[in-house]
Amino acid sequence: MIYLPVVLALLVTMGLALARALLGPSLYDRVLAMNLFGTKTVLFLAAVAFLSGRPDFLDLALAYALINFIGVMAVLQFFQSRELRRQYETPRGER
Amino acid sequence: METAFDAISFVLMTLGGLCVFIGGLGVLRMPELFTRMHAASVTDTGGLGLVVLGLALQAGWSLALVKLAAILVFLFATSPTSAYALANAALLSGHRPEGAERLDEAAERGS
Repeated sequence: MIYLPVVLALLVTMGLALARALLGPSLYDRVLAMNLFGTKTVLFLAAVAFLSGRPDFLDLALAYALINFIGVMAVLQFFQSRELRRQYETPRGER
Repeated sequence: METAFDAISFVLMTLGGLCVFIGGLGVLRMPELFTRMHAASVTDTGGLGLVVLGLALQAGWSLALVKLAAILVFLFATSPTSAYALANAALLSGHRPEGAERLDEAAERGS
């Protein structure tokens, strides 16, 4: 069973990333943790594809990588433009 | 030959799993955002490369190898992009790395 250490390490790391996403003091810590969780999910799906002997799972991993990237970029774009709008609207002395 | 490939891919995948675990531990334990991003980048380069390389040795010359190469190329292209977007958004919203206040003050005194 040569896939066992890597699958265990990926599962533990996904748990650590979820803990950081729940704890994370700022919004960007949570985004970072969810990005890490997504890329680890891609690797986990790829490892499970070989563990269970079904290479079709690699398609799921590829699709998850695409969705994860688009999702992170969309969330960051939304919060960045919201932050810039807020800085533009409040006068300089109040910040 | 088969057992040699199995042994090499076991070593590669275990080292990759170690990199991934170290990065996850760093993301949980590091003190502030930019050091956490540094820890996360360990998993996106070392961990990803080693794990996918170990899986590719198991795949042999097949369609699975092409899909693994696509995953590798795509993640190597997108993870720096999202790291840049994250750091840019955090800097614009006023986050600063620890110790950067001194640099800001020095720049203001200089100009």
